[in-house]
Amino acid sequence: MKRLPPPAPIGLLPWLRSRLFDGPASSLATVLILLAAAWLLPGALRWAVSGAVWSADAEACRQAAGACWGMVAEKYRPILFGRYPYEAQWRPLCATALLLAAIVFSLLAPALTRRKPGLRLWPWLGAAWVLAPAGFLLLMGGGAFGLAAVPTELWGGLPLTLLLATAGIATAFPLALLVALGRSGPLPAVRALCAVYVETVRSIPLVPALFLASFLIPLLVPPRLSADVLLRVQVAITLFAAAYLAEAIRGALASVPDGQRQAAAALGLGWWGTQRHILLPQALRAAAPSIANSFVNLFKDTSLVVVVGLYELTGSLELALSGDPQWRSYHLEGYLFIGAIYWLGCYALSRASRRLEFSPRA
Amino acid sequence: MSAARTGRAAWLLQIALFAALAAGAWWLAGTAAEEMRARGIRSGFDFFAQPAGFWISEGVFEFDPAESYLKAFAAGLANTLRVALPAIAAALLLGTLVGIGRLARNPLLRGLCTAYVETLRNIPLLLQLFTWYYLLTAMLPPAAEAIELLPHVFLGSGGLALPWVADGGLSLPQRGGFAITGGAHLSPEYLALFIGLTGYTAAYIAESVRGGLQSVSAGQRQAAAALGLTPRQTLRLVTLPQALPMLVPPLANQSLNLLKNSSLAVAIGYPELVSIANTTLNQTGRAVECIAVVLAVYLLLCAVGIAIAHALESRLRHWERA
Repeated sequence: MKRLPPPAPIGLLPWLRSRLFDGPASSLATVLILLAAAWLLPGALRWAVSGAVWSADAEACRQAAGACWGMVAEKYRPILFGRYPYEAQWRPLCATALLLAAIVFSLLAPALTRRKPGLRLWPWLGAAWVLAPAGFLLLMGGGAFGLAAVPTELWGGLPLTLLLATAGIATAFPLALLVALGRSGPLPAVRALCAVYVETVRSIPLVPALFLASFLIPLLVPPRLSADVLLRVQVAITLFAAAYLAEAIRGALASVPDGQRQAAAALGLGWWGTQRHILLPQALRAAAPSIANSFVNLFKDTSLVVVVGLYELTGSLELALSGDPQWRSYHLEGYLFIGAIYWLGCYALSRASRRLEFSPRA
Repeated sequence: MSAARTGRAAWLLQIALFAALAAGAWWLAGTAAEEMRARGIRSGFDFFAQPAGFWISEGVFEFDPAESYLKAFAAGLANTLRVALPAIAAALLLGTLVGIGRLARNPLLRGLCTAYVETLRNIPLLLQLFTWYYLLTAMLPPAAEAIELLPHVFLGSGGLALPWVADGGLSLPQRGGFAITGGAHLSPEYLALFIGLTGYTAAYIAESVRGGLQSVSAGQRQAAAALGLTPRQTLRLVTLPQALPMLVPPLANQSLNLLKNSSLAVAIGYPELVSIANTTLNQTGRAVECIAVVLAVYLLLCAVGIAIAHALESRLRHWERA
């Protein structure tokens, strides 16, 4: 005898019941979540919205029961631009906008090409990535075209975060590609070398690595070449991220079926040709989620440079608030503000990668 | 080109590569030694026997400033494990629950778990640690007015006091005029680090658990349903046992990430290994030696962790087959 499945619930109430009160465990979870929401949400809303002060008025903030968003209105410039000279802060603003425009353009490029299949964006992307970094460095550093020179020690806030992240990605990715190829290649000595590098770096935390870079590199290079602290930290971040990236790419290379390699050999392709035309295109597509993950981690890890005295977003917030008795007690608002910035950046990166993952051809 | 000739060329290439690396390392070491001599920086590990001269505010064992730097590093390592091991256990528990909740039929529960994962994974851990530390120190009442969460469990800006075994009996914290006496005391630095590491890593573990559960084929679940198993029995008897061996490598990875991330303690002042090394480095100027010790310890800890994970994985695979 054939039994029919139970009828699907029709109407809002039965549907809700089948979803929210489906058995004792589910009912308990629903009740607990609703109770917690009823207990926490009104207070949270009172603090963040109705009881909050929105204008930069320290006196009103002291008397208010809620959040002091006025702190952000008062302090957004030192938070976003750190110790950069106040009257020249239009320069980091323009530099940030330039770099962000290039990033957004690159993230949207796959969607654009899909909408218009004939569109050739590569020349435009290339031009954007030559012009944006050059313009960024020129605007930030100055020293030409009548712009006063600003030493890298004074760079800070959001432009520094973006610089460390984009330069990190741009330098770590090619290095990771080479290391992954070396580790899966035919030369045993190169394989061992790449393996030692990847496994060592993956076993150590970034904080001591940053300390090492800022103490050791000045000893290693002759004083006349002495790299400034920004460059040293960038080297550490790049070497660090490249190891994780290389591991992601290597895993994907190993997951390409062996038949692909044999077919490439049968077609007469050499080792490099096989990697370039057959294995890498498949591996990079398979590794897209973990590569995006590494990029997101790199973006978040830039916050750690505060331990060696660089004031990116997190550091410049501390710098802006700790020294100012009037606004010192509104750290929480500041943490939420820059937390939202980080969250947006990470979310945009992972969303863009998800689109890449599902696209029929990257 | 014959295979033999390719082989010889490859070997020559590799030997040349190693020679170049060795020469580079030799040159760098030479410059570093010269530079250190020029700046009057002394090197060597002899300072480890000297008295440290600083206090360590909390730890597994008492530390006296008259004791050696070596002992201080040991206290730092003990403090690293003191926060990392409980946090790993808590993160595995919380992450597994959230990961299962991400697949729940109940949309409220699913939404809550999704929001948890998406929020915590996308904000830097350092910022989360700062936030927890600020909440625990600036937002809580001072010790004299500490909140009594449970009988004899006090939470205030000075940290958490809870009953603990001492002198063969149970020592209960008591509220005094200015401070809380008795019981065990956990500092706000420890608490912020514990909560921050647990919450952050649990979000990653939840994603691994969700992926592992989803990778068990749908046919298995359908077969379990056909046998009349309830959803909970299916999870316990069919899905989890098959997902567990697959989950060991990613969960071990996340646990080791937590261990490594405990080094962020240096930013909020919890005296673990990296903080101690940082203090020592500033006092003695032996930067390279201090950092080398830290890196060696982490390499060792990670090697041990990986070995444990391998043993666990093979054990679980046998269990699955049995």
